[in-house]
Amino acid sequence: MLDYEILRIIWWLLLGTLLIGYAIMDGFDLGVATLLPFIAKTEEEKRVLIHTIEPYWEGNQIWLVLGGGAIFAAWPAVYAVSFSGMYLALCLVLVALILRPVSFAFRNKYESETWKGFWSYTHFVSGFLPALLTGVAVGNVIIGLPFKIDPLYLSITYHGSFFDLLNPFALLCGLVSLSMIVMQGSIYTALKTEGVLAERSKNIAKYAGLILLVLYAIGAVFTAFFVKGYVITSKIVTDGPSNPMYKTVEQGVGVWFHNFRDMPWIILAPVLVIAGVLLMLKFSKANRMPCALVSSSMAIFGVVATAGLIMFPFILPSSYDLASSLTVWDASSSKLTLTIMLVVTVIFLPIVLLYTAWVFRVLRGKVKPDTIEEKY
Amino acid sequence: MFGLDNMDLSRIQFAYTVSVHFIFVPLTIGLSLLMAIMETIYVKTGKEIYKQMVQFWAILFAMNFAMGVATGVPMEFQFGTNWSYYAHYVGDVFGSPLAIEGLMAFFLEATFIGLFFFGWNKLSKVQHATVTWLVFLGSNFSAIWILIANGWMQNPIGAYFNLDTMRMEMDDFWAVVLNPAAQYRFLHTLTASYILGSVFVIGVSSLYLLRGKNIEFAKRSIMVAAVVGIISTIATAIAGDMQGKLVHKTQHAKMAAVEAIWETEEFPAGVTLFALPSQSGEKNFFEVRIPKALGMLVGDEVKGIKDVRKDYESRIRSGLIAYDALNKYKADKTNEQARATFEAHVADLGYALLLFRNLTDITQATDQDIQMAAASSMPKVAPLFFSFRLMVGLGVFFLVFFTTVYVMTIRNTYVKSKFMQYVALWIIPLPWFAIFAGWFVAEYGRQPWVIQDILPTFRAASHLSSATVFSSLLGFFIIYTCLVIVDAILMVKQVKKGPENTNNSAN
Repeated sequence: MLDYEILRIIWWLLLGTLLIGYAIMDGFDLGVATLLPFIAKTEEEKRVLIHTIEPYWEGNQIWLVLGGGAIFAAWPAVYAVSFSGMYLALCLVLVALILRPVSFAFRNKYESETWKGFWSYTHFVSGFLPALLTGVAVGNVIIGLPFKIDPLYLSITYHGSFFDLLNPFALLCGLVSLSMIVMQGSIYTALKTEGVLAERSKNIAKYAGLILLVLYAIGAVFTAFFVKGYVITSKIVTDGPSNPMYKTVEQGVGVWFHNFRDMPWIILAPVLVIAGVLLMLKFSKANRMPCALVSSSMAIFGVVATAGLIMFPFILPSSYDLASSLTVWDASSSKLTLTIMLVVTVIFLPIVLLYTAWVFRVLRGKVKPDTIEEKY
Repeated sequence: MFGLDNMDLSRIQFAYTVSVHFIFVPLTIGLSLLMAIMETIYVKTGKEIYKQMVQFWAILFAMNFAMGVATGVPMEFQFGTNWSYYAHYVGDVFGSPLAIEGLMAFFLEATFIGLFFFGWNKLSKVQHATVTWLVFLGSNFSAIWILIANGWMQNPIGAYFNLDTMRMEMDDFWAVVLNPAAQYRFLHTLTASYILGSVFVIGVSSLYLLRGKNIEFAKRSIMVAAVVGIISTIATAIAGDMQGKLVHKTQHAKMAAVEAIWETEEFPAGVTLFALPSQSGEKNFFEVRIPKALGMLVGDEVKGIKDVRKDYESRIRSGLIAYDALNKYKADKTNEQARATFEAHVADLGYALLLFRNLTDITQATDQDIQMAAASSMPKVAPLFFSFRLMVGLGVFFLVFFTTVYVMTIRNTYVKSKFMQYVALWIIPLPWFAIFAGWFVAEYGRQPWVIQDILPTFRAASHLSSATVFSSLLGFFIIYTCLVIVDAILMVKQVKKGPENTNNSAN
């Protein structure tokens, strides 16, 4: 059996893997849906665009569902605090997630322009909202959420409002997330379509990539000079009980950059972002779209990894009561639960990846207007 | 907000959203089985009509699957958003089945559903049929894991209370997975879904017979559904009986309420066929009973509400000892005696928490407080008693119905009987009534607990303002209601269009 400490690190990495899996895979769907009003002008183009994701989106979305389940199982305190704290923001994301399946299922059921126009609009909302709000949520996590955990019974109180979530830094992170998802979606569209749609998509991918780099850099400057980071000041116990109230924490501007000093290799994350975007631009120009898609995914990997790595070992710092902050060492499930979940993951995740790849292979090829199959 | 606090509103929201969700889930589970069987017949016989059948039922399946997905994600999120203390308190145990559900079931179902719809021309017949069975498996696996989670709320085994982390932690994964409360419930729920799918298919097919079109399609669909229906109804009854025996052992209050038994009955207890229960008088105004029958089923005495209430009182007292010891241990971690006292009474800790409903400092509880807490924790008998009888009555009716349809189809008299066809059409909603009645007994009957004997529902809620929860509830209500109406209209449109106008594209 693995050490508690190792298990916690593995589950922290798995949490990252799931979020990255979500951003990369569901990035196709969210990106395409967000782009729908901008690159598809005619009804035929809209249908082509929607069909690029229609057979896959359900599987892609499971990355989010599984992400939620894995946080619940492996990091219950994180799940409890973040979901109840950001209540209304989460509800907005839910609206999007409710609209998405029905947008696909209902849009072609009536031959009416208003009907189709309405469901095109809901498609857009279902892509745009989560793309933006997930980033806003991560931004708020980086600056810390205003929550307090009662030291005796560990019940959670939250001391902020929905509008507090819409602060400048969080909005900046929201835009980073949006531009990254738009980049991913447009590269995917360029890969799955041809002609004018592919051209428009490539053009958008270029701008989205550049905007991503600029916003990411601004975010870095913000984090270095304005955002207060967190650091554990008491003795760090890596295999103690999961009770966050046994430690002390301090806050300071620039602290989030300390990990670059303590673990220099994490510089790889920003390098990956820059290299990913640049390679994406190069491959997209050379019309090597599969390579461009891999590059874009690399950049996404880098962005999500940056957020996770600078905060390590914090997962969810508290700006209201510093000691309540949740870290890798005190917010996890029990050793047994982490072990069992790891075994299950090691068995099933590869199987999932295998059959997902097989399905993509069977249905490979460009989507053309004359070959779109209706669901009969 | 309207005299309802955050917890009440969160409960209403959960009940509403899960009810809407469960309109679609049993239909898709039931249809997926029927589609898989039909496609297997297609592969075996090569008759095109069976492929046409699969494809027609799949359109109805698709719309409801979408609704199931749309309303499903909010269920997973609500444990965190509205029930954050619950998420913290039992996440170590309860989170795992949810995560495994995603990994094992949702991925399977969601990945292959795309291929199911868009792979007809890209796969061989056998490959496609395999994909259909995988979709079926995915939806069934998902039921297993979510019911393991639910089963643990009813019968929380394989876990213990950890003093250092102040929460329940798993100590036996297999006990949680093989929990009889989960396994019987799984059988019962799945087979009930197959009943629902079968009634639906027979009903819609009968509409075609009434209109004199798609006769071959309808006859064959009815035959498949009637056979599945008969087997499923019998299986549902068997699984229900096993569940009943378990409830008798683990949930005395629920058992007493379902049977409207106020005074403990020695073995063998009687079955109450009908009664008019009076909650305040703790008796039945009127009752029709079969002596000894329930005793034969459960094989033991059956506790009445009055004795259950007394049990609650003594367990609350014992829970207070645990609570007191817990506080002593928290103040002084070296106090081994407090720890030992706590361990001896920890099984009743949840009962002490019931006092928090009316007190802020429960260590000051008087005898009167304890009696009041016990009395207010008793289940409402009438709703549980009648819901249960509605469910069982409908179950018996379905068995008669399926058998009649089967015999008449074999003798080829079903096509001619307008009466039976009308019956089949008009009873389409009944399985939903049975399913909702059953879930009502299971969930409402567990109150005041969210985790039986461990965590009272009111302790589990997040600290949210009632205005916040009210706004989300209103949002859910508006969106869900609109979507359900649209879905229903589109279903009717598609059914009227019929299978003959469905197969238009490249297939």
